[in-house]
Amino acid sequence: MTEQLDAGMVAEQIADADALSSPRRGGELGRGRRRKEDAKLLTGQTNWTDNIVLPGLLHMSVLRSPMAHAKILSVDVSGALEMPGVIAAYSGADLAEVQGSLPCAWPVTPDMVHPDHHPLAVDEVRYVGDGVAVVVARDRYASADALEAIVVEYDELPVVLDMESAISDGTPLVHEDKGTNTCFVWPFAGGEDYDATKAKADVVVKRRFRQQRLLPAAMEPRAVVVAPIAAADDYTVYSATQIPHILRVMLALVTGIPEHRIRVIAPDVGGGFGSKLNVYAEEVLALVVAKKLGRPVKWTESRSEGFQATIHGRDQIQDVEICATQDGKVLGLKVDLLADMGAYLQLVTPGVPILGAFMFPAIYKMDAYSFTCTGVFTNKTPTDAYRGAGRPEATYAIERIMDELAHELGRDPMDLRRQNWIKHEEFPFETVCGLTYDSGNYEAATEKAEAMFGMAALRAEQKARRESRDPIQLGIGISTFTEMCGLAPSRVLGSLSYGAGGWEAAQIRMLPTGKVEVVSGATPHGQGHHTSWSQIVADALGVPFEDVECVTGDTDSSPKGMDTYGSRSLVVGGVAIHRAAAKVIEKARRVAAHLLEAAEGDVEFRSGTFSVKGSPEAKTTIQEVALATFAAHNLPEGMEPTIDADCVYDPENFSFPHGTHLCAVEVDTETGFTKIRKYVCVDDVGKVVNPVIVEGQVHGGLTQGIAQALYEEAIHDAAGNLVTGTMADYLLPTAADLPHFDTGRTETASTTNPLGVKGVGEAGTIASTPAVINAVVDALRPFGVNNIDMPATPERVWRLVQSGGSR
Amino acid sequence: MQVSMTVNGAPVTEEIEGRMLLVHFLRDQLRLTGTHWGCDTSNCGTCVVWMDGEPVKSCTVLAAMAGGREVRTVEGLEQDGVLDPVQQGFMECHGLQCGFCTPGMIMTARALLDRNPDPSDGEIREAISGQICRCTGYTTIVRSVKWAAAYEAAQVTS
Repeated sequence: MTEQLDAGMVAEQIADADALSSPRRGGELGRGRRRKEDAKLLTGQTNWTDNIVLPGLLHMSVLRSPMAHAKILSVDVSGALEMPGVIAAYSGADLAEVQGSLPCAWPVTPDMVHPDHHPLAVDEVRYVGDGVAVVVARDRYASADALEAIVVEYDELPVVLDMESAISDGTPLVHEDKGTNTCFVWPFAGGEDYDATKAKADVVVKRRFRQQRLLPAAMEPRAVVVAPIAAADDYTVYSATQIPHILRVMLALVTGIPEHRIRVIAPDVGGGFGSKLNVYAEEVLALVVAKKLGRPVKWTESRSEGFQATIHGRDQIQDVEICATQDGKVLGLKVDLLADMGAYLQLVTPGVPILGAFMFPAIYKMDAYSFTCTGVFTNKTPTDAYRGAGRPEATYAIERIMDELAHELGRDPMDLRRQNWIKHEEFPFETVCGLTYDSGNYEAATEKAEAMFGMAALRAEQKARRESRDPIQLGIGISTFTEMCGLAPSRVLGSLSYGAGGWEAAQIRMLPTGKVEVVSGATPHGQGHHTSWSQIVADALGVPFEDVECVTGDTDSSPKGMDTYGSRSLVVGGVAIHRAAAKVIEKARRVAAHLLEAAEGDVEFRSGTFSVKGSPEAKTTIQEVALATFAAHNLPEGMEPTIDADCVYDPENFSFPHGTHLCAVEVDTETGFTKIRKYVCVDDVGKVVNPVIVEGQVHGGLTQGIAQALYEEAIHDAAGNLVTGTMADYLLPTAADLPHFDTGRTETASTTNPLGVKGVGEAGTIASTPAVINAVVDALRPFGVNNIDMPATPERVWRLVQSGGSR
Repeated sequence: MQVSMTVNGAPVTEEIEGRMLLVHFLRDQLRLTGTHWGCDTSNCGTCVVWMDGEPVKSCTVLAAMAGGREVRTVEGLEQDGVLDPVQQGFMECHGLQCGFCTPGMIMTARALLDRNPDPSDGEIREAISGQICRCTGYTTIVRSVKWAAAYEAAQVTS
């Protein structure tokens, strides 16, 4: 036998030193624990929704519209019913009485146009992929085969695909009965009057930025299994979802099945990025079909089906104007936004650009801000929240326009940012949007990032390449971003017309053997919540990390929750757990005082042990107290047995992570190919519970943001077909496409929660896109380029070089 | 039709439809659900298993084509309750988040180390470039494979 290597030592040698050697604050917090989640994922012992097999299970397949807009003249499912293994087939008309309409929980204005959204189209289809009929069969091959035997007669209608056409006169209407393709107009202003402010400005810079449509593409396809007990009108819904609790409420509202007869379970869920933050047609269809048949029904999307029928992200046109004095002081910002809703409204479709509205001014002080968003219907898949949801779009616009303003003024882009950003001593700071940023230190993050990047040497190399007219030009891009996350204070969500709250629930149960169960309403889908939360509880209660077990993702065992999105699972969910732990300690202290025959005020708690001030030998552990409260033989008068504690925590404010991202690209001006030469980011996500998990979140976020900058775009042809409809056509980056990331951190504690945490799930995605595009534009400045549409493909870059910057 | 093969060292004989894909045979018929189905076009690589020691995308192999072959899946990687060093490396270096791509990544990485015990970063990136991870950005996957290589090298020298 060979000697066993110390695994931790090897990891430390290989892993990024910054992540693993972060200062430990004692105890569990700040420790790079290996994840509890990994063992089953590494060995294939997982429980994805598609793995679930139940006695009598049937498979459902959905027939989808091949047309972007058409009247349905007839649907004949009789051919499918004759196919081998087929149990049932239904058209939209067959289910019209029971299928209801899919919910939108964010009516952003009182007069928002909110069309019906039937899980199966009844009279009209409005995008390629709109469901038309379902087949239920004994296995997945038989149900897929039978789709081909369904005959649908369509009468094709004109399509409208681009937003500017959609809001012009005489255009085809996505919803004829609504008389307009405008879903809503949402105006917002902050500070002084924008036009009056602009009149005082020396410089005005305008740009139009396009946020291309993206496909979230979580690796686990969506899937749902519904197990009915029809006689009891009782249903268990297993779904690959981020939001079992919200889904339960919404399924009840949509189908009329009483909420308490529906149990939703999110088993192991393989990524979401917002795409599983929804209530989907197939979830409703599987439920109503299982109810009709009295048998369990499963639906699993194929990838090409999912690319059509799972929400898309982004898709905005941003007209942005910034005005400033000659010496570089930003005075005002005006944003006019078109946001593509797609053909229908999904759960939070209209709210996504509204979330972004507050983030355009970002880290900069200014006197005036004017914002208008017009939501537009088109004959495409609905959009909704995709990682960052409104905030990446806003950050892109402001960080791009700051670079353009710097160029206009002949200033160094970092210098201009430094002049205008909120200084660290100015926090808390109320922005022109009315948000209060509790904390931040943009100077510190920038200083560290610049040191890691080697800015001076890269600028010198850039100069040399420009002077020698090197075909490979170097570009340097900056993104000094912030975001608002930890969604969210319920009263603020209410003021924005969101239909639910932003609190999170937690319960901690002390078991008689001293083990601890932690229940959370936040629902993991790959982040490592159980590990981070276990660290919080182990730290607070002084119990071993291994003794903590988390219970999530099931409305029976974690009955209350607002689920996982908006980087909220630590900032809201983790804080709820922390507060529940404090309640456990409070009760345990009373029991300990009783057992130790001491006054409660004399009992101290440290590292899991209660002791009496002045008599250190008089002590008892929290585990002993847990057993004592279970046995309940000797409790203080009137105290209930056992120790459990609940907390429902509603945050007072958002959290505001920030950071400085620096990107150097080499652009081959002869081929148009862009290569990321160096990517450095210093993120400030407040106090860190697990630096390894934080680094992982940053890396993944960077990748998705870089992918928007350079690779990904959902493209439709003139008839509304998704041309990038498979993974062979939609360019998800592979390991060969991406650089190594140099990540660092600064740590400015959030002052709005006791853990000092800010959230990290979306930061990398929000920050990275403008860093990359600013670098590409910087490389191409000598060619007269001052803007480029995303993704910056070789073709786009090459054409810009050829045409001297005109797009 | 009937098909016989060896799966994770054990002989298997099953009745199948001729058109059944190996990935569905493993998942639905043998209930080896560690192998995943993530796309329709052989791009994602979540379905990678070994056939006679070579990584293949099991969504592009008919179960019938695996007749008489030796198939190994992620469930067959752990030996006597001890994780394969590649599995351990992924745990040590946070080479996974949601874990959906992980079995495929691990099968490819194991095959890489078997023929090249000391791969460079570039060679690792090349080896896994037929597979997609949406969570990690790949840097930690590269670290994980290097951890396994270093671990195995240390075992050989000591």
